[in-house]
Amino acid sequence: MVRREVSGAHYGLRDWLAQRVTAVVMVVYSVLFVVMLLKLPRFDFPSWKAMWSAPTMRYATLLFLLCLFVHAWIGMRNIVMDYVKPTWLRLTLYSLMILALFAYGAWAVQILWGR
Amino acid sequence: MAIAVRQFDAVVVGAGGSGLRAALQLAEANLKVAVLSKVFPTRSHTVAAQGGVSASLGNEEPDNWHWHMYDTVKGSDYLGDQDAIEFMCRKASEVVVELEHYGMPFDRLDNGKIYQRPFGGHTSNYGERAIKRACAAADRTGHAMLHTLYQRNVRARTQFFVEWMALDLVRDAEGRVLGVTALEMETGEVMILKARATLFATGGAGRIYSASTNAFINTGDGLGMAARAGIPLEDMEFWQFHPTGVAGAGVLITEGVRGEGGFLLNKNGERFMERYAPTVKDLASRDVVARAMATEIKEGRGAGKDGEYILLKLDHLGADVIDKRLPGIREIAIKFANCDPVKDPIPVVPTCHYQMGGIPTNMHGQVLGSGDRIVPGFYAAGECACVSVHGANRLGTNSLLDLLVFGKSAGEQVVKDLKGETGAMPELPKDAGDYTLSRLARLDSATSGERVSDVGAEMRRVMQLHCGVFRFPDSLVEGVRKIKEVAERTKSTFIKDKSKVFNTARVEALEHENLIEVALSTMVSAEARKESRGAHDRSDFPNRDDVNWMKHTMWFKDGNRLEYKPVQLKPLTVEMFEPKARVY
Amino acid sequence: MRFQIYRYNPDTDSKPRMQFYDVAMEPTDRMLLDALVRIKMEDDTFAFRRSCREGVCGSDAMNINGKNGLACITKLADLQEPVVIRPLPGLPVIRDLIVDMSQFFKQYHSIKPYVVNDTPPPEKERLQSPEDREELNGLYECILCACCSTSCPSFWWNPDKFVGPAGLLQAYRFIADTRDQTINERLDNLEDPYRLFRCHSIMNCVDVCPKGLNPTKAIGKIKDLLVKRTV
Repeated sequence: MVRREVSGAHYGLRDWLAQRVTAVVMVVYSVLFVVMLLKLPRFDFPSWKAMWSAPTMRYATLLFLLCLFVHAWIGMRNIVMDYVKPTWLRLTLYSLMILALFAYGAWAVQILWGR
Repeated sequence: MAIAVRQFDAVVVGAGGSGLRAALQLAEANLKVAVLSKVFPTRSHTVAAQGGVSASLGNEEPDNWHWHMYDTVKGSDYLGDQDAIEFMCRKASEVVVELEHYGMPFDRLDNGKIYQRPFGGHTSNYGERAIKRACAAADRTGHAMLHTLYQRNVRARTQFFVEWMALDLVRDAEGRVLGVTALEMETGEVMILKARATLFATGGAGRIYSASTNAFINTGDGLGMAARAGIPLEDMEFWQFHPTGVAGAGVLITEGVRGEGGFLLNKNGERFMERYAPTVKDLASRDVVARAMATEIKEGRGAGKDGEYILLKLDHLGADVIDKRLPGIREIAIKFANCDPVKDPIPVVPTCHYQMGGIPTNMHGQVLGSGDRIVPGFYAAGECACVSVHGANRLGTNSLLDLLVFGKSAGEQVVKDLKGETGAMPELPKDAGDYTLSRLARLDSATSGERVSDVGAEMRRVMQLHCGVFRFPDSLVEGVRKIKEVAERTKSTFIKDKSKVFNTARVEALEHENLIEVALSTMVSAEARKESRGAHDRSDFPNRDDVNWMKHTMWFKDGNRLEYKPVQLKPLTVEMFEPKARVY
Repeated sequence: MRFQIYRYNPDTDSKPRMQFYDVAMEPTDRMLLDALVRIKMEDDTFAFRRSCREGVCGSDAMNINGKNGLACITKLADLQEPVVIRPLPGLPVIRDLIVDMSQFFKQYHSIKPYVVNDTPPPEKERLQSPEDREELNGLYECILCACCSTSCPSFWWNPDKFVGPAGLLQAYRFIADTRDQTINERLDNLEDPYRLFRCHSIMNCVDVCPKGLNPTKAIGKIKDLLVKRTV
């Protein structure tokens, strides 16, 4: 008869803040990226390749992607929290999301530092 | 017939200001209390009070309870009981400060104390000039107060029965009150709520008039129940017409508007209150201002196409003051009068507002039956009760004070009385509940009859026409005849909806059965009182008659019988205020 | 005027239906509530809540042409015909326009809606500067009509866990009151991914509030305080 709600997980704020901080990082990166593109001497493949060979560019992009993954994780989880009620399904979806994000992460590193 | 019974220490009927204040007292004393309300507590009509609650805190200027007491006695046109008035005015500061401690969001002065504004009839030094005595939360004092009291009750874990309507008192052969029958609106179930103490805080019945500031729920349920159970109703001829209801809509515009510096104009732009009340002008007591307005309109100086209303001017206060102190008024004027008071005056007319009479009680909330004998187990407080502190006319802000003071004292009295009771509770009479069930059965079985809305409309029309601001002998006699006819028609009302779940048609039919008792008592009492006093103004007896009529009317439903009892002129500790001519 | 009204009586109907009413209005009928009262005169089986008829009691909240509002302060002249009236969305319907508000009030009660101050009360009032009092403006005026919470998708999806805009507005009303001593407990009570952080600031609540209040802003201030005490 009585359904007691359990609450007080005490992590809402951390995620909410992370969502906003990562958003700021992504905005800054996006602006810089556009500026970099415009500053390319020529729009051709060698210039493009030269741009990506700088380590700062690679680390900045990696930071951007990590922020994107955190942002996506929180956002996706928010959607699941709203619409998916059964706990088992929720956990499954969370696991799939985490696995996917790790896979994307590995793939990104491969692209950035691969040949 | 079998009817379920639930047992409590105390049952409070009504969860407005006085009900909540009383309930708080009971809940904090750890009694088992049931608080019944037709609506969720914060929807009770206390929520609509605007201007303030009076207490001689003296935050703005020197003040004391003697002056407040004098103003209240004078305002009552010497019909108020001076012992009860002294009790109320002395308690005022205590209950207002208490409310502040509960969290009431009063406006503040620069020194951090509660903000106070002037109000009609409140003066310094026994009538010298208007005084700032009304403690206010902008123009939402009632709203702030009701929510604060509800919140405090949440804290005290008061048990509420929300959307339950009490239907009848249960009394035993000795006349002791043993509880009420009640209807759970959501399910249609009827039950007896048995209790050692039954406290009515059911509010007023302003809905007997067609032009009223009152909410739909103000149907005098407590008065109807009391009258049907053989308990008299006191001073029912005295109804306050608030000077400033929005013309046509009836919505209240607080006297605080005039307290903040607004004033009334006739169609010639004349500030006519200077003629009627030279000292305090627009801040005279409400009966005086309402009569002055009605006179201006009657004599052809009303504004509007048909000269049907008076103008309330406040644009000179400036948008800043209006937005800070009277934001709700601006909202109401824009919505209901189609005018922005920052620029234009608000069209207003005197509108039925408050019931000075009610169930007779002493200052401890104990209900008094015939011959002033205490009815065991029965208590009342707030607008449904007549202590009598308001006499023939209530001062603005004294109603919220009444709720706090007498809600609390009634609660305290119940706690005290229940402490003394140790034995088993008296048994319910065998036929307890039968009367209620028969009333419901009539409604359920009726296959034809008159619509409740039609009979109700006729009642309101008769009251408005025959028992308004000005009363005339022939019209009152005619009114008595007509209202008796309406009462007769009430016995054959009919509702189409017979279902159980949230049947609001049934509720309205039952409410009308309460309203008609109030209307009857009002008309009969008014016809009988051959004088003019406070809100009761007769053309054939234009003056107050202290020799013959300084007495309270007691109306009994049984045969529309009237009794009278003397006004208590002797205060508790101070010298009495001798009746004298009332000039403002 | 033409009205299309949601009707459902569990005693007599197997499922809800929409019913048309054509009502001859009088010149004195200005607000939607006047029309509903007129409809009820003709058909007393139609059920809705109402009381003060001036927008302060919060009884007659309903969904009017797709938007939540109070019938008593919604002008007929501003409404497009047929006027479609439904109960507040997201709450269980008891009958016609009457919804079960238990969940809504449960959330309101969950934020401890009362000033807590355990210091011995002074003989006089507790002092509060006009500026401190000003902080309560835009908060204490709430009439608990539920227009906001029932227009909030987050409240629709998680009414049992998300406090909702009305409850959060009141939560901030007590956080902002300088007389209250339990600000930290109040913040603890809200620091939860559901109770507070289901609010994604879509501002439906602000759009519908009949009293012109801004729950989103209050929620923002709660979040600011949480950040301040963490960072």
